Amino acid sequence: MSLWMWLLLACLLGYAWKLLGYLVPATLLRNPRMSRIAGTMTIGLLASLTIVNAVASGQSLALDARMGALAAAGIALWLRAPFLVVVLAGAGAAAGLRLLGWS
Amino acid sequence: MKLLQSPAVRVGLSISIATGLYGISFGALGVTSGLDFWQTMALSLLLFSGGSQFAFIGVVAGGGSGVAAMGAATLLGMRNGIYGMQLNALLQPRGWRKYAAAHVTIDESTATSTGQTDPDEQKRGFWTAGIGIFVLWNIFTAVGALAGSALGDPKQWGLDGAAVAAFLGLLWPRLKGREPVAIAVVCALATVLAVPFVPAGVPILIAAFVAAAIGWFSHGRSDEGLEPDVDPYAEHHQHPRQGPAAEEAGR
Repeated sequence: MSLWMWLLLACLLGYAWKLLGYLVPATLLRNPRMSRIAGTMTIGLLASLTIVNAVASGQSLALDARMGALAAAGIALWLRAPFLVVVLAGAGAAAGLRLLGWS
Repeated sequence: MKLLQSPAVRVGLSISIATGLYGISFGALGVTSGLDFWQTMALSLLLFSGGSQFAFIGVVAGGGSGVAAMGAATLLGMRNGIYGMQLNALLQPRGWRKYAAAHVTIDESTATSTGQTDPDEQKRGFWTAGIGIFVLWNIFTAVGALAGSALGDPKQWGLDGAAVAAFLGLLWPRLKGREPVAIAVVCALATVLAVPFVPAGVPILIAAFVAAAIGWFSHGRSDEGLEPDVDPYAEHHQHPRQGPAAEEAGR
């Protein structure tokens, strides 16, 4: 039940951000610092989520088949593959490496 | 069929299909991260912002708490507030439309709208992309969630690898230039260093504060990092996006 609560709160706060943009006076838009923080935070969070999902397992670090997924996704993106192909490349690499015996 | 002759509507429809389709990966990863079908659907219906949704399930999958998942999702949602300000000035929705517009204010609907110059086209682009993505994203989330729960052992199918790839795919379009790459590297390093010392999920929040501090103290482009995952006008411009934020910064 507790996960439901945090999930719904996240939804509420997500909508609150969006709505706030429509309700605050446009003068705040002229503050480039707010807009910069929103941007740098997006980059930082996505970079952090990428690496956490690649190497963290609970509170320890592990180099396993997920590193292969990271590399495969990087190559797919480099080749300008669409998002879904990138995701499939990551899944395929991880599954393939496990078949070959690399955890 | 006059509506289909509008360039903004055509762009909005194609972006809806491209973005909606990857709802499949969100649905599949949602149910394998530990959420049930309805929790996964609730995120797509109510939170409706790709980055925040992936962040929520990414933290849960890594063993993080519900609070940390909520924190990461909420911090990633801040940019939608910036988009809301831009779109409010651009489209000036009235009454209930303001509340509906807010819900479908995401990277792609904003990019579709701000890529147009004519005010009517800006409106058409926003609503076509916003509603189109909302409908398709939710349909494909359900498809992915049903498929994901039928898969059995998610690791055997490499779904943890799919999550890594999805996050890199969301990050990639935002790495234009040297500074965003530096921010990404610094935040990734901060995360790895923090993992052994704090509970799961918290390293992501630490990275968010590092990134916010960089944004506060440095003086780069004001729309850095505010690129859509799928660029509606990819074939039209190789140069940086000229959204209202960019114009605003140039004044």
